[in-house]
Amino acid sequence: MEVDERAGLHVYSDTELDKAEGTAIELLKSHCQQAIPDPDKWLEEELRHNILLTSVDFMLNWARRSSLWPVICFPACCAFELIATAASRFDISRFGMEIIRASPRQADLMITAGTLTWKMAPQVRRIYDQMAEPKWVIAMGACAISGGTFAQSYSVVPGYNLIVPVDVYVPGCPPRPEALLYGIKMLRDKIAKRSITEG
Amino acid sequence: MALKTEPFVINIGPVHPSTHGVFRMRATLDGEVIVDMEPVFGYLHRGIEKLAEGRTYTQNIPFTDRLDYLASMSNNMAYVMAVEKLAGISIPERAEYLRVIMAELQRIASHLIGVGAFLNDCGAFMTPFLYMFREREKILDLFEMVCGQRLTYNYMRIGGASQDIPEEFLPALDRFVKQMPGFIDEYDQLLAENEILLARTKGVGILPKELAINISASGPVLRGSGVKWDIRKADPYSVYDRFQFDIPTGSAGDTYDRYWVKIQEMRQSVRIIEQAMKQLPPGEVLTEVPHSLHPPAGEVYGHIEAPKGELGFYLVSDNSIAPYRFHVRAPTLINLTALRDMMVGWKVADAVIIFGSIDICLAEVDR
Amino acid sequence: MTQALSGEEIAAKLEPQFPGSIIESTGNNLLVKSESLFDLASFLKTAPGLDFDYLTSITAVDYYDYFEVVYHLTSIKHNHSLVVKTRCYDRGNPVVPSVVSLWRGADFQEREIYDLMGISFDGHPNLKRIFLWEGFQGHPLRKDYL
Repeated sequence: MEVDERAGLHVYSDTELDKAEGTAIELLKSHCQQAIPDPDKWLEEELRHNILLTSVDFMLNWARRSSLWPVICFPACCAFELIATAASRFDISRFGMEIIRASPRQADLMITAGTLTWKMAPQVRRIYDQMAEPKWVIAMGACAISGGTFAQSYSVVPGYNLIVPVDVYVPGCPPRPEALLYGIKMLRDKIAKRSITEG
Repeated sequence: MALKTEPFVINIGPVHPSTHGVFRMRATLDGEVIVDMEPVFGYLHRGIEKLAEGRTYTQNIPFTDRLDYLASMSNNMAYVMAVEKLAGISIPERAEYLRVIMAELQRIASHLIGVGAFLNDCGAFMTPFLYMFREREKILDLFEMVCGQRLTYNYMRIGGASQDIPEEFLPALDRFVKQMPGFIDEYDQLLAENEILLARTKGVGILPKELAINISASGPVLRGSGVKWDIRKADPYSVYDRFQFDIPTGSAGDTYDRYWVKIQEMRQSVRIIEQAMKQLPPGEVLTEVPHSLHPPAGEVYGHIEAPKGELGFYLVSDNSIAPYRFHVRAPTLINLTALRDMMVGWKVADAVIIFGSIDICLAEVDR
Repeated sequence: MTQALSGEEIAAKLEPQFPGSIIESTGNNLLVKSESLFDLASFLKTAPGLDFDYLTSITAVDYYDYFEVVYHLTSIKHNHSLVVKTRCYDRGNPVVPSVVSLWRGADFQEREIYDLMGISFDGHPNLKRIFLWEGFQGHPLRKDYL
């Protein structure tokens, strides 16, 4: 713990760690300039071959969609509409989702509520990688879909789908709680169509 | 035989289970006690100051909404007041009173979240938070009646407010104002004598008076440390000099005092709203302002007392349609300066409470 | 009401102590030379009758020929305010003395100006980037960025 003589202030600053993190951010930025395609291919397959779900699929899908546990990922303003959805008026607990898990290992849904900056992007990718399969992502708000009003800024990622694959996009700035619940309902319908051979 | 210990550096954040946003603390711990701490932020830096130089003055009003998104009406008000001072525009009296009513309602809503999240951090998991949210939903209903939005309102305009209030607003506001003091009393009664709250917050995280002035703190942080400085009384703006209200001031500068100041400020805000409702004059709400506004070349610093502190806008104009420089004096960034001094020597659990009592909003810190 | 002190009055008080350091004083502003900024600031902070103990904000503006650093000072005791400015003409390596040892509130604000404008503050104990990451090229708020 150093004390700077001129100003008499304590200085604790880990510049080595800063440089290492800065290099990681620049690396991620140079790799992630193309959008990751949305994981929708299996939906089209489904409709083409018209495979009926077995009862095992039915039970698994019912269990998975009725107890989606979100992970904490709320940088900015949309976070408060997410919290309002989880509060007592627009109760999200009736869909089995009231537990917002701090640990990504115990969660299967990431609702991205806020603008993503390049400085934050490695951390979001790390959280996403730590979640166990099967996992889904809802991009909430204009900033999450395409960067929103901040899209031309020098430090904003224009959309979460450059970093993580997104399943459902919910527009709005911020989207009303009813809009978010509609997006969650769409995700549940999507999960209902999964097959166990999907993995 | 003494136990040999070594300090250990851990990371608290940027994704952590508090509702304060993406803030990171690199803490050096010796056992459970914090010996050193470095705050790291910038995870929500969106470059608003640079983007604002490419948009007209009116197009920048939605940007100010997204600064401290829990107090959008106050941000709007500070910005349009600064532009009006620069351009020399005066606004109708009805608009002034409407602005004061919206700003004070917004102060109550912001303090509700500040106190609710603080108590959430203290360990009362979710119960006070959901109580506060119940009251906040009533305020958001009032705002939705006026401008159609729940969070980022974009209600104020250069020259007044964007639209007049509908007829059902004043009776609904009247009902709200009558039951709010009862709710604050109920809250106070549940928590003021609570042993656990007192033990966890009294004497914790003290910010001495001289240090508070030296770090340019403002808002409940400054007033909790015993300095009676509120822009509404020291440098009255809008029509605040026509109302009677007190400035609650703490004495010890600990987390309990900052919490207490917020609760008392909610009561004072209700008082101001009652007086404003009685004095509300009829008339227009928006003066004629040219569609593309060219303020004369010059600079201005306009400030208000936002819920989190002194929010100021420094604008430089070169007689074109967009500002030459748009700078936000963010109260929460400056309040964070003494975070390290307040936290050293306390344990990790206390660190979360001390941080929560400053009541920051990352979007304003990082802009 | 916070009284905004006029620049000429303060210039008249400061001139005997610091001859030649004030460039101009118009309206409520006081433009000083950057070499004498620190001494002037400590005088403004401690002199009885002035007592500017509260630094409201520090900003920097990029006019194409020079950078201008603007200090808004307030006195809580006497309820008056003043604006002090200083300029640096060197675009390649602008340096201004830091006032962190007088007002600690300047800590994060000076780091922000260094990060976004590139102005270095001589005497700041921890001058590194605050909002952008290490390795970011350039200083975004300058007029010649992008």
